Amino acid sequence: MTALLRVEHLTMRFGGLVAVNDLSFTTNRGDITALIGPNGAGKTTVFNCITGFYKPSEGRIALAHGAPEIWEELAALTQRDARSVARGDGALFLLERMPDYLVAHRAKVARTFQNIRLFSGMSVLENLLVAQHNPLMAASGYTALGIFGIGNYGRAERAAIAAARHWLDLTGLTDRADDPAGDLPYGAQRRLEIARAMCTEPVLLCLDEPAAGLNPRETAELNELILRIRSDHNVSVLLIEHDMSVVMEISDHVVVLDYGVKIADNVPAAVRDDPKVIAAYLGVEDKEVGRVEAEVGL
Amino acid sequence: MATAPAKNDIAGAFKDAGFWALVALGLFLPLIGFRAVQDIHNELTLETRWPLLFAFVAIVAAGRLLHNLLIAPWRERRRVAARAAVGAPHWSARLGSVLAPLFIGFALAYPAIAVWLAGAGGAVKWIDNFGIQILIYVMLGFGLNIVVGLAGLLDLGYVAFYAVGAYSYALLAQTFGFSFFMLLPVAGILAAFWGMMLGFPVLRLRGDYLAIVTLAFGEIIRLVLINWVPVTNGYAGIASIPRPTFFGIPFNASDEGFAAVFGLPLSPIYRLVFLYYIILALALLTSFVTVRLRRLPVGRAWEALREDEIACRSLGINTTNTKLTAFAIGAGFGGFAGAFFAARQGFISPESFTFMESATILSIVVLGGMGSQIGVAIAAIAMIGGTEALRELDVLKEVFGNDFDPTQYRMLLFGFAMVLIMVVRPRGLIAAREASVHLAARKKISGALVREGRG
Repeated sequence: MTALLRVEHLTMRFGGLVAVNDLSFTTNRGDITALIGPNGAGKTTVFNCITGFYKPSEGRIALAHGAPEIWEELAALTQRDARSVARGDGALFLLERMPDYLVAHRAKVARTFQNIRLFSGMSVLENLLVAQHNPLMAASGYTALGIFGIGNYGRAERAAIAAARHWLDLTGLTDRADDPAGDLPYGAQRRLEIARAMCTEPVLLCLDEPAAGLNPRETAELNELILRIRSDHNVSVLLIEHDMSVVMEISDHVVVLDYGVKIADNVPAAVRDDPKVIAAYLGVEDKEVGRVEAEVGL
Repeated sequence: MATAPAKNDIAGAFKDAGFWALVALGLFLPLIGFRAVQDIHNELTLETRWPLLFAFVAIVAAGRLLHNLLIAPWRERRRVAARAAVGAPHWSARLGSVLAPLFIGFALAYPAIAVWLAGAGGAVKWIDNFGIQILIYVMLGFGLNIVVGLAGLLDLGYVAFYAVGAYSYALLAQTFGFSFFMLLPVAGILAAFWGMMLGFPVLRLRGDYLAIVTLAFGEIIRLVLINWVPVTNGYAGIASIPRPTFFGIPFNASDEGFAAVFGLPLSPIYRLVFLYYIILALALLTSFVTVRLRRLPVGRAWEALREDEIACRSLGINTTNTKLTAFAIGAGFGGFAGAFFAARQGFISPESFTFMESATILSIVVLGGMGSQIGVAIAAIAMIGGTEALRELDVLKEVFGNDFDPTQYRMLLFGFAMVLIMVVRPRGLIAAREASVHLAARKKISGALVREGRG
């Protein structure tokens, strides 16, 4: 088991509000990690910190590519004023120092959104090609060559369409490839957003409530898709989910947040029986409030 | 406002029309029913104009009745039909592919047609006022279309780049004597540079705020042109700007002039036809480049930026660079058009680069349908050609008497036409968008799904 992502002492404050308080957890390579918690627990804030949309108030978020020995560089990298370090076939990134688009482009972290954010006026296929912007941009000579039709842009675009085709087939959207994304039914839009994120060839896929609004059959298909992504494409998954049938069935490891504080971090079966988690979700009887509050540190 | 009664409800339709007539009577009674006139004793007397008042009220009642009985049911049927075909693009979506070759063919043959129909003397007006003038705006529309239509960045100061291009050509040609075709790319590059200058401070702004800052930028450029007298000659402008030559042969009456060299009778038409083809080539170049850019990753990134900027960033797209390239390339085409404008007029002053110009160019883009090339071309013809054509409406003098000056009603008719088009086609003349790439079938995307962008 080698670590892919290490979140250490992550704190995010908005004015006086502490949305995430001293959160630490590790995601191993090839794992599906679920981040759960009641509404307002700070799950999406953690996502936004990892993907660079928010700059954390405190803490370190490190992600490694390649050989695990690269973790040895962590202390040195933190000392230096740099975003990343590469050694041999490994690379280490400090995500909290990187702007959002570089987290996606360099550190290869892809994400979806709680409220679906597709390019609704563009076709399904175009959505998947926009996701391959950076390799295509390089192939078109940063537009300078592509505009004159010089170079191998044509070949790169055909390869990009083939990659898109692969994801369309996997998500069952091939028939709708030329339709506008905004015309798809809700469940298909959720799948398209995952396909689009996967087209960036990530090492870590962050899914923000992928099962929200799906019916049980679609949820079962989603589970299968996520497991398939993990097994076939060697991608680790971090997901926020309220649907326990997703969390319990597919995740290897569950992190539970409540009021921005981590209250559990274990395998799904253990988390399910954890009294603190039950208390956070269902509440406790009045006479136990004081004891539980003391336990969770409130 | 009273809602239109349901279909077949004839009594209701008459009642509604009667109500409108009543409102019209109340409104027009003081406005039209009475008129204060001075009699021969220089005293004000009240004169009544009942027949005229009655005519106005009757027009309103009849119009409302017509609306209730014919137009409203027709619109309702159309709405039902539209609902049945959600997502299916409007018939006008196919128009582009049919019209484009026709348009280009007509534009190429236009000078010949004008000379054939109006004679060499009469064609001057048609080629200069209509042909060249419209094509300048087509080109500006295409350029702004990149910024507003594709990237979704509302730019109210586009005329600034037009001005930069015009002054670049005028000053460089006068000072160093370089030729038009050498300076054309220079003017474009300078305008693109100023596009980036504008781009940097407004990168973080969105929507209304972006619009205000771009508006201010346009005004700043104009004020600099007015006040930097040693360079720009202020309000007086720059005169006798060198004209483009036909591969070194000037268009003048001298022995080396175009007419003399080719043994043709002296006429201003040759220069105009030459200018016409230059601007036509520039407009086609702009269109061609835009079409190509849309199929390249940068063009798709612009459109994705218009649809959802946050999603773009989550896919690793550097939105800063993407916005800057949109500003720079759009501005560059504005600079080309500006250089051409200076070369054609031979005289430029800050008067030519007011906010009104930006507004006209933006209305062409919005009216044509944001992102649509052919729509922009049609809108430019309608707006620029239309306002020019209104100058020619001497027929109206036959109707309203010799005191009637049709040009005074230009803006009124213009505004009315614009309101009408926006009511009938709120997303512009050609709202459907064509996908830049397809897997199995080329499909149009209904304008209702395409976002306008919030900066």
